Amino acid sequence: MAYNFHPYYLNKHLNMNFGRFFLRVYAIWQFITRFFREVLLPPYEYKEIINQFFQVGIRSLSIITLTGFITGVVFTKQSRSSLAEFGAASWLPSLIAIALIRALAPLVTALIIAGKVGSNIGAELGSMKVTEQIDAMEVSSTNPFKFLVASRILATTAIVPVLAIYMGFVGLMGAYMNVHHNEQTSFTSFFQSAFMKITFLDVWVLLLKSAVYGFTIGVAGCFNGYNADQGTVGVGRAANTAVVVSMFLIFIEEMIIVQLVNYFKHG
Amino acid sequence: MANSMAKTISTPIDRSRPVISIRGLKKGFGNMQVLKGVDLDVYHGENLVVLGRSGSGKSVLIKIMAGLLKPDAGTVSVLGRDIARLNTKELQALRTRIGFSFQNSALYDGMDVRANLEFPLVRNKRHLSHSQIDAAIAKVLDDVGLSQTLYQMPSELSGGQRKRIGIARTLILQPEIMLYDEPTAGLDPVTSVEINDLINEVQERYHTSSVIITHDLTCAKATGDRLVMLSEGQFLRQGSFEEVFDTDDPKVKNFYNYNFIAGS
Ligand SMILES: Nc1ncnc2c1ncn2[C@@H]1O[C@H](COP(=O)(O)OP(=O)(O)OP(=O)(O)O)[C@@H](O)[C@H]1O
Ligand SMILES: [Mg+2]
Repeated sequence: MAYNFHPYYLNKHLNMNFGRFFLRVYAIWQFITRFFREVLLPPYEYKEIINQFFQVGIRSLSIITLTGFITGVVFTKQSRSSLAEFGAASWLPSLIAIALIRALAPLVTALIIAGKVGSNIGAELGSMKVTEQIDAMEVSSTNPFKFLVASRILATTAIVPVLAIYMGFVGLMGAYMNVHHNEQTSFTSFFQSAFMKITFLDVWVLLLKSAVYGFTIGVAGCFNGYNADQGTVGVGRAANTAVVVSMFLIFIEEMIIVQLVNYFKHG
Repeated sequence: MANSMAKTISTPIDRSRPVISIRGLKKGFGNMQVLKGVDLDVYHGENLVVLGRSGSGKSVLIKIMAGLLKPDAGTVSVLGRDIARLNTKELQALRTRIGFSFQNSALYDGMDVRANLEFPLVRNKRHLSHSQIDAAIAKVLDDVGLSQTLYQMPSELSGGQRKRIGIARTLILQPEIMLYDEPTAGLDPVTSVEINDLINEVQERYHTSSVIITHDLTCAKATGDRLVMLSEGQFLRQGSFEEVFDTDDPKVKNFYNYNFIAGS
């Protein structure tokens, strides 16, 4: 037991992990550059790309609708009392719109897609890897990286922004129903005041950062699945790592993007 | 029992025409040397069996032949082309002439049998019409005796059926070389014999040259025209079944005894 605390072993342990960590970062970097190379160079797997767009989009639609609606309703309910304290209950629609468009919609969408689609990609590619289906594709003269990886990363990158916009809309609908029920605000006046504080920049940032999250989810799922090993254990681990890593990175990216946007806005 | 199952089909073998030619092949992973200098010729029309214990590098060898793994040293020439020197396009073109039957069958589990068989066809022969594709699928399914499974999913098939569909999926491109990785592993003896027969039928009907990787001596005897034995990264012996096992070398003797005593 005691040897664990000896500086020599501690040092050795750290060195090993640092070495492995940097090897992994390098491997991921290679994976990402390969993605851009394969995406840009023909032949293009149109059919499979379209197929993945539908897989990612359609299969997530119901859960995004549900969570978006609930987010809108709950956030409205929870904010009302504090705004009312300052006599600012009429600010409710624009507060909710800002919260949804700037933060909640992209973040919640990305986390849900990471859990649902990211784990699915990790498990699917992982099991294809360990059962030699990826090798089989390769000997069928099909580039498995293009067919499986590039199409999935493209799909998550393109679809998460669409779903995030959709969640923003559904969330506002939830908020409207709650506000209408309590304050009898009309549909037009709700949305007029909701969009008063929303700028084009906000929408662009939402699209851009959701695309970054989607790319992260796709890369994390594909990298872990494509490099899975050690049989069925490896498949489970690939799915799990894909989710944990992408959720972690999404929060880091959120923080960086918020800083950058503030910097550009206010100099 | 095993001795009565010697190979009966014999096709002309042309020893002047190697279809695969390997010289000084070395391959390792990290610190572990798996293949330590292997020389091998596979002749036109023959079924060559590569025997070896689990972990001896048989799968590594066959994957190098298909260009799935790169050799560390040595040359591998397949159908006259040096595999290490091919670019992606050339390698893809060469692969359409090679069939690979995987150890786990490797059927795409997201697709039904028909889509599995269609996959290599539509991706390599884009000019085919629907009726030509249907005809090709019907023919290979009939050749492996599984016409009734057309719309079944891989998860609904037995191990032996999956092996057959895996073989059918490679036959659909009418390959000149067939590579079988452990065709009978995990199958019961009766199903194994059926797969052995199928391997011989493929040799006869499609005029393929085949490499059969196995540790199953019944399979080796039933399908092999010639055997080589891989041990510790090198070939120990080669020749006909009788020639390989007519020896006092304890490694070879052990392999034989365990197979027939423990296995029957
Ligand atoms: N991609 C790889 N990365 C690292 N090591 C590998 C890889 N492929 C094979 N090996 C190692 O090479 C050795 C030989 O493996 P191989 O799969 O060729 O054995 P085999 O003879 O086919 O055995 P089996 O009968 O169990 O299939 C094993 O020790 C294996 O761990
Ligand atoms: Mg093997």
